[in-house]
Parts: sequence; C-alpha cells; structure tokens
Amino acid sequence: MSVIVLAEHSQGTFKKKTFESVQYAADIAKAMGTTATAVALGTIADSELQLLGAYGATKVLHVADAKLDTLNARAYAKALATAAEKEGAKVIIALHDVTGKAVAPRLSARLKAGMVAGAVSLPDLGKGFAIKKAVFSGKAFAFVNITSDVKVVTLMPNTFPVKQGEGSTTIEQLSVTFEDKDFGVTVKEVSKVTGAVPLSEAELVVSGGRGMKGPENWGPLEDLAGSLGAALACSRPVADAHWRPHHEHVGQTGGTIRPNLYIAVGISGAIQHLAGVNASKTIVVINKDPEAPFFKAADYGVIGDAAEILPKLTEAVKKFKAAHN
Amino acid sequence: MKILVCIAQVPDTTTKIAFGDNNTTFNTAGVTFIINPYDEWYALVRALELKESGVATAVNLVTVGKADAEPVIRKALAIGGDEAVRIDTDSNDPYVVAAQIAEYAKSEGYDLVLCGKESIDYNNGSVGAILAEMLDMNYIGFASSLNIEGGIATVKREIEGGEETDACALPLVVSCQKGMAEARIPNMRGIMAARTKPLKVVAGADIKPLSEIVSYEMPPAKTGVKMISADNMDELVNLLHSDAKVI
Ligand SMILES: Cc1cc2nc3c(=O)[nH]c(=O)nc-3n(C[C@H](O)[C@H](O)[C@H](O)COP(=O)(O)OP(=O)(O)OC[C@H]3O[C@@H](n4cnc5c(N)ncnc54)[C@H](O)[C@@H]3O)c2cc1C
Ligand SMILES: Nc1ncnc2c1ncn2[C@@H]1O[C@H](COP(=O)(O)O)[C@@H](O)[C@H]1O
Repeated sequence: MSVIVLAEHSQGTFKKKTFESVQYAADIAKAMGTTATAVALGTIADSELQLLGAYGATKVLHVADAKLDTLNARAYAKALATAAEKEGAKVIIALHDVTGKAVAPRLSARLKAGMVAGAVSLPDLGKGFAIKKAVFSGKAFAFVNITSDVKVVTLMPNTFPVKQGEGSTTIEQLSVTFEDKDFGVTVKEVSKVTGAVPLSEAELVVSGGRGMKGPENWGPLEDLAGSLGAALACSRPVADAHWRPHHEHVGQTGGTIRPNLYIAVGISGAIQHLAGVNASKTIVVINKDPEAPFFKAADYGVIGDAAEILPKLTEAVKKFKAAHN
Repeated sequence: MKILVCIAQVPDTTTKIAFGDNNTTFNTAGVTFIINPYDEWYALVRALELKESGVATAVNLVTVGKADAEPVIRKALAIGGDEAVRIDTDSNDPYVVAAQIAEYAKSEGYDLVLCGKESIDYNNGSVGAILAEMLDMNYIGFASSLNIEGGIATVKREIEGGEETDACALPLVVSCQKGMAEARIPNMRGIMAARTKPLKVVAGADIKPLSEIVSYEMPPAKTGVKMISADNMDELVNLLHSDAKVI
C-alpha cells in the first residue's frame, strides 16, 4: 500500500505546486503509516525526477511515453490507475488545476473512488477520511468524508508552505498498455501569455477595476506589479470594455485565484468579484471611497486616489527591496 | 447530431449562506435558486447556436434534482432546447450525479455532452469528467470555444498561463466557460413555448454515494481592516513584510 501522487510537470520541469502536492501526499502517507509514490508522465529527465525525493516521494514511477507530453485525460487516468494497482494504492492525489480537474474525476469513476475536489486540509483520519474544501464560491467550507475504499483528492494549489527536505527517491520505469482511443485529443495550437507570471499560479497579484478610469492609466499598476514580481488581474467591467485582456478577469465568471497577496485598486468589491479572490491570504484595498464594500473583506486599506497612491506604493516597495537584498 | 446539456440548480451568488442542524445541513430557507451560470450562459447557449447553424439536430437538457428543481429547468427550456429530463433524486456527491446522468444518457446516443466548468455551490468541477469516463467518451475541460465540422470538434481550452486548441472526434464531453457564447435572456415567446415542451421525470437509479458532507464551517471573519494613511506607504510595505509575511 502507498499513496500515489501525479507529479505534474511543464515541458519537463516541475513547478512549486507539484512539490506541494508531493509533500501533501507524503504527509498523508506518513499519517497512514506508508510511503508516497510519485507518478510522472511523458518526457522528463531523471535529474528532475530526483528532485521529488526532497519533498517526500520515496519512489517515482515514470511512464516515459512521449505521447503523454500533452494532456489526454483518458491516457493519464489509465496510467495513474495502472500505477495505483501496482502499488496497491488506496489514496491518489492530484492538483486542483486544469490538468488535475480533467484527470482525477475520470480516475475516480474508473476506480469507483470517492473524491474531494479542491482540498485545503489534510484528511482527518480520526473521522474516516474527512477533508476540508471551499464551497459556495469561498463563502463557506465543507468537510467531505470519502467513504469508499479507494480515495481521490485534488489539492488546491498554494494551500501549504512547501519545505524542501533531504530525502532521495528511486526511479522506476512503468509501462502502460495504451489503446488508440486513449489519445483521442490532439493539440493543434498552443498560445501562452508570454513574459509575466501566469495569474493562476501567481503568489502576488495586483488588480485594477473601473476606478482606474481607462486602459491608458494601467502604467502605474504595471509598475507596482513589476516592483513586486506580481501578476496582473482585473474586474469584469475592465475586461468587458477591453481595457485589459480577458484572461486577467477574476471573479465568479472569470478566474478563481488564491494568491498570498491581492492588491485591489479601484475595485468596489462586488460579491461576484469577491467570489474569485476572497481566498487570497492577504487583501489590500486601495479605493477613494471610504464606503467601498471591498474594505470589509480587506486586511489593509488605503483611502485615496489610485493615481496618487500607486507611485508612492511602488516607490516604497522598491525601497524595501533595495534594503532587503 | 444530438447534444445533451447538463443543467444544475444552484443558490444565487448573492444569497447569504447559512447552515442548520449544528452546521451539518445547508439552510435553503429563503434561498433563491438559479441555473448554474456556466451551464446557462455558456453550455446551453452554445448548444443552441450549434442547432441554429444546422450543426446539431437536437438539444436536450438534463438535471438531477427533486421537484424543487423544476422552475430552473423550465427556465432553461425558455432559453431554448427541445426537451428536458429531470432525474428525480438529489445528491451532492458528484459521482452519484454523474452516474445518474450516465444511466439515462447511455442509451440515448448523444454525440456531444456539454456541462459547465463547475457548479457554484460545491465548486467541484467533477461531474463532466466522471460522466465522460462512464460514457466512455473523451473529455475536454474549461473550453472557451467549440466548433464542429465533419464529426470533429475543435475546442479552445484554458491551460496554465494561456490557451490551447484541441481537436477530437465525437462523441465528446466538454465543460464550458467564459468566451463560449454570449448569455441570452429568455423572451416571452420562449417562456410560452417552454410551458408545452416535454419535461420528462424519470426515477433515479440506485447508486451508492462514495462521499458525504459531514459538516460545514464559515470562514474566520476578517478581524477588521487596518487602515493606512495614503502618505505612509512605507508602513504598508513593512506590515506586508513583518505582519502578513507575504513579501
Ligand atoms: C452574474 C454576475 C456575474 C459577475 N461576475 C463578475 C466577475 O467574475 N468579476 C467581476 O469583477 N465582476 C463580476 N460581476 C460584476 C460585479 O457585480 C461588479 O459590477 C463589478 O465587479 C464591478 O467592477 P469594478 O469594481 O471594477 O467597478 P465599480 O463597481 O464601478 O467600482 C469602481 C470602484 O473604483 C473606485 N474608484 C473610482 N475612482 C477611483 C480612483 N481615482 N482611485 C481609487 N478608486 C477609485 C470607486 O470608489 C469604486 O469603488 C458579475 C455580475 C453578475 C450579475
Ligand atoms: N444536479 C445536476 N444535474 C445536472 N447537471 C449537473 C448537476 N450537478 C452538476 N452538473 C453539471 O456538471 C457541471 C460541473 O458540476 P460540479 O462537478 O458539481 O462542479 C455543472 O456545471 C453542470 O453542467
């Protein structure tokens, strides 16, 4: 028996969220008196796979089939099911991101395994296998107990601090028998937003609303984001008016993010906006209206005109960075 | 080509959420229910567009829910669609919901099943992919555009930090989000027509849940916002460093 975790990589490189999911799997394994095995799919170097040892994976099963370099949920689910069977795994972990959300439910159906989507806690083994997750778009949490023998969990990225340890790992090749139908989806084109940190992964986010008055005023926001190394986001009317690209739109109808820091500038804080950002660890609101509803959801607030405050804040960040480097 | 659209009933976003029975049940008293926005604005409307442009021959709707879900499915029919099925059972286990839909859909020969990217009550985003496995179909999630030609679907989907265009032969399950279509408001004619459209009620199959919600919890209230003078951005930065520990 062991705990299996899908070690997602991006063109052969692991990101922080993968280390987080491996560490999460290792923590669960420890509580259950077993070990964690990571499963890596597609082309990735052994030296990169080795890194997983430091986050608690004692073994890595590598399915080195280049056809797995792009996502086919069927093939991924089959590979994980094969690994789970080989290891006699009772718990399978993936990330609650676009890949995990396509693969984990499929696996859950395949293995008749109950699932928690978007876990934000370790399982409470004293109560069976109860895990906390956000519900009602962040307005509440539910504790979901998985009652089936095999269990599938997707971890909400950026839930736990990641700590690099000392451990090492052994790498084994795993062969999986695929059929043509497992590769039904073919990728025609990929367009990545270049340069900046992708919003879904950003730990720091600077966001602008209608209070910014127009796209020509985004310079100071970009400067602030640049000084912090933050990603940019915006409210829906801003994206609808084409002041900013649609992928920056957060909220109920846009993206859901949970960065460590969310700085909202000229955003009123409508409930539909909050639905996408209220899981942020720390929220700073800059608004000229002291009555703006967003202040109720904020940790820190600054009342005033964005045009005046932003350059001062950027200046302060630069000064701070200079002193701390 | 036949399309099935999965319609979930959810509490309106602006609803105040409350729990009863010692935080073990969701309190529905006074809650307004709506069609899950992703199902209504994107999945349903795109399905209707595909029919209007002659690509699809039928658009049917399915919901898993008790009789209280009827107004919501009628509203969906008022926006469009030929007929609806309500599977008369309720569950917040996505496996059960998907299995109920699969049980009904497996003999109906659907070429395309559309659902929303997630339901805004339990925020799982799981039903579509589970359904795909049960119906032995491919699945593409988080789609922002979908076109079909000669039995091949071309789908734009979200990936980390960008977009990807995929091709896949039907049958296929797609979960829909922003970009897919423009929301429609039901008009009088649609509302009248919906009254006479077939709404079949079928009994739920006997499917055992694999998970259960044991309790709920409200997030810790914010301890109150700390206001900082606009002239003292150094203080804000220091607090973000030493108190909040985020920079
Ligand atoms: C079903 C539904 C779904 C929705 N989904 C989303 C969603 O996903 N995301 C989303 O964001 N919205 C969504 N909305 C819209 C939402 O209700 C709000 O209308 C929207 O969030 C408001 O955007 P805003 O705060 O940028 O603009 P406004 O509400 O116009 O607020 C502008 C703010 O800027 C402040 N301001 C003005 N000038 C300055 C200045 N010089 N300096 C500093 N502050 C200034 C004002 O005091 C005000 O608080 C949705 C609505 C519905 C009905
Ligand atoms: N009770 C239900 N009846 C019909 N479709 C549903 C139901 N619950 C969820 N769905 C569909 O599955 C999608 C994802 O839901 P979920 O996995 O619950 O987040 C929704 O957007 C709907 O299209």
